[in-house]
Amino acid sequence: MAETAVVPQGTGQDSRPDALLAVKDLHTWFELRKWGFIRTGWVRAVDSVDFSLAAGEAIAIVGESGCGKSSLAKTILGLNTPTRGQIFFNGRRISHLTGREGEWYKSQIGYVMQDPYGALPPFMSIRRLLEEPLLIHGVKDPAERHERIVEAMTQMKMTPVDDFLSKFPHMLSGGQQQRVVIARAIILKPKLIVADEPVSMLDASVRVEILQLLRGLQRDMNIGLIYITHDLSTVRYFSERIFVMYAGRLVEEAEVDDLLDDPKHPYTKALLEAIADPDAGNASVYRKVPGGEPPSLANPPSGCRFHPRCPVMIKGLCEVEDPPRFEPTREHKTLCWLYREVSGE
Amino acid sequence: MARANRLRELRRYPSAIAGAAIILLLVITALTTIIVLPYDRAIDLWRGGEGVWLDNPRNARPAWFNVLPWVNLPRTVIVDSRDGDITRTIRPGEEVSEFAMDLTFDYRADAFPQEVTVTLFGTFDDLGPYATLTWHTPDGRMIPLGDRPAGAQTVVRLSQDARLIRRLTNIPVEVGLFSDYTVDSSTVVKGRYRLEVDGFLFEPDSDIDVKLVVYGQVHGLAGTDHRRRDISIALLWGTPIALTFGLVAAVGVGITTMIVAAIGAWFGKWVDSLIQRITEVNLILPLLPLLVMVGTFYSRSIWNMLGVVILLSIFSGAIKTYRAMFLQVRESPYIEAARAYGAGGFRVVFRYMIPRILPVLIPSFVTAIPGYVFLEASLAALGLGDPVLPTWGKLLDDARVNGALYNGHYYWMIQPAVLLMLTGLGFAMLGFALDRIFNPRLREI
Repeated sequence: MAETAVVPQGTGQDSRPDALLAVKDLHTWFELRKWGFIRTGWVRAVDSVDFSLAAGEAIAIVGESGCGKSSLAKTILGLNTPTRGQIFFNGRRISHLTGREGEWYKSQIGYVMQDPYGALPPFMSIRRLLEEPLLIHGVKDPAERHERIVEAMTQMKMTPVDDFLSKFPHMLSGGQQQRVVIARAIILKPKLIVADEPVSMLDASVRVEILQLLRGLQRDMNIGLIYITHDLSTVRYFSERIFVMYAGRLVEEAEVDDLLDDPKHPYTKALLEAIADPDAGNASVYRKVPGGEPPSLANPPSGCRFHPRCPVMIKGLCEVEDPPRFEPTREHKTLCWLYREVSGE
Repeated sequence: MARANRLRELRRYPSAIAGAAIILLLVITALTTIIVLPYDRAIDLWRGGEGVWLDNPRNARPAWFNVLPWVNLPRTVIVDSRDGDITRTIRPGEEVSEFAMDLTFDYRADAFPQEVTVTLFGTFDDLGPYATLTWHTPDGRMIPLGDRPAGAQTVVRLSQDARLIRRLTNIPVEVGLFSDYTVDSSTVVKGRYRLEVDGFLFEPDSDIDVKLVVYGQVHGLAGTDHRRRDISIALLWGTPIALTFGLVAAVGVGITTMIVAAIGAWFGKWVDSLIQRITEVNLILPLLPLLVMVGTFYSRSIWNMLGVVILLSIFSGAIKTYRAMFLQVRESPYIEAARAYGAGGFRVVFRYMIPRILPVLIPSFVTAIPGYVFLEASLAALGLGDPVLPTWGKLLDDARVNGALYNGHYYWMIQPAVLLMLTGLGFAMLGFALDRIFNPRLREI
């Protein structure tokens, strides 16, 4: 066994010096309680996650519902408090940011949510809700606020801007609502945008457009982007690296093409199998998809968390010991015992 | 924009229009009252006692009773020689002058007056005038009312004159004077009555004036109470007081409760627990006995009571309802988004949570108003009314204490009661219509 090649988990050694965001050994656990005060356990929504993101880089975090993607996003946004581990932004540890620095951090990150209608306060006009972040972050001059609103709306191709400003969210279409959400996320000129399933509630017809807009913005403004999705089909056009998340862990990470063409982890393979292709011939093709349900995060399986569903499980190993991070090929890491021998220099 | 639509929608509900009309009427009444009869003047009048209201009958019915075709009750008749259109003849003598004057009036009512009073105003240095009063009925009879020395102001209450009562064979004076009592003491003799006053002036510059008051059985818009006060003053002034009390209490309690519930729901933990525990304790505290205690030991001022009512009502059961709504709002994605771009706790509560719920609660503020108006009336009826202000509740209390219903003075109790019910009706009709507009799911098919 090439133990030397194993990158131990939780040491954060993979964080690069130019990282905009570095997440090290991050745990977000939620307490389970009985009668309000007796702790009966933890929901391990995010469990020992490491990754980093360079300025202007786009990454994707892929996984099925309930795997902890959104919890990870919210922890990065500061909405959840990490149980253990650190998040560094521009080299500063965000859990240590208080007062003005905390505010500064909030102005450096944008958040795009899944449900555009829910993300917009229904009682505020578009102008009012776009003004909110500016007001909070001390843009006192009304003319400057207007200018920035117009700029953000123009970037989102919501023109003529004045037609939209006095409207309320329910008067807009889903695609327009999501553009407003993105406009609100970029209005403070952030360095990082966390997009949590930004198009999964939109019509297929507007998805591509929104994704292209987002990708364009990300490139033009040199914004780091974390794209969270369950849909691998959109990932290739959208990000440079992919992280596959399963049951609170990042089980595989690689460059986009590398991962899509040569998946290592059995779970990633299953996910790729499940992508639907609009091809009539597929009606008669039977796809091999592992059965079973995603595991409970409150009581995850022992050893590798995927072993109960894994078609290539190694008896006596996978269900006993947690796999460390192997690097079977360069810059392609995975948590799977299958690669305990191939990984090496 | 949305608000204007809602107001336009209000026109589709006849009940809302009727309710709004009632409220508008009450508001106009209240404003007119405040302008026409300023606060200080109203208080003076209400506390003035008999001095101010000397010429009013006691417990008179409202004047509009006479509109009923079978009712013809007398109004009060006042004939005063000082008004100038009464001719007096003075025959000067060497030392003593003789004077004579006639006070005449028409009497057409079917019922007898309540009382008859003559007041003599003498002008003199040492020795006042001496007057002889004689009553002339329309059918030509003459009833001597006796002789009186006139002081500066001598009130002759004929109805309480024992000698006159004996002379009228022990029937009430006003009956004796206004009927042919030897034949039929139940029918009023209608026509032109005359009070003849003649006598002597003992000083050269001496003079005399006479005022005759025949107290009727109806008075003013709303009648009078046991202290001859005009009830309409209390009815009119009760309007602004009731509206202010109801509005301030309902909106004050509603908004404060909402803010407290929102703060509890948002901040959670010990803040929420504290608010919940205070609410639970307050829920089992009885409001009325506490108010009785405050009224008895501290102050019965209506504004003091208003403050105590608001304080005790903030932590009411509504806080639990509002909290449940806010707990739901708290989980909204837009609030998560707001937190992500840096909105602080109080900004979230006041800019994101309360505006979401407020439209749903506005109708309940409107429907809560009459409850507080009734509470004020209940307090007054329990003897905890404001000691100074005339209010609807105080009228009810006075009426009850003086046995209004037992004595047949039902107008005394019915008028404030009708105003109270009208207020309740107006706000309820408007509030329920608003509720249907703001909460469309309540609309029936």
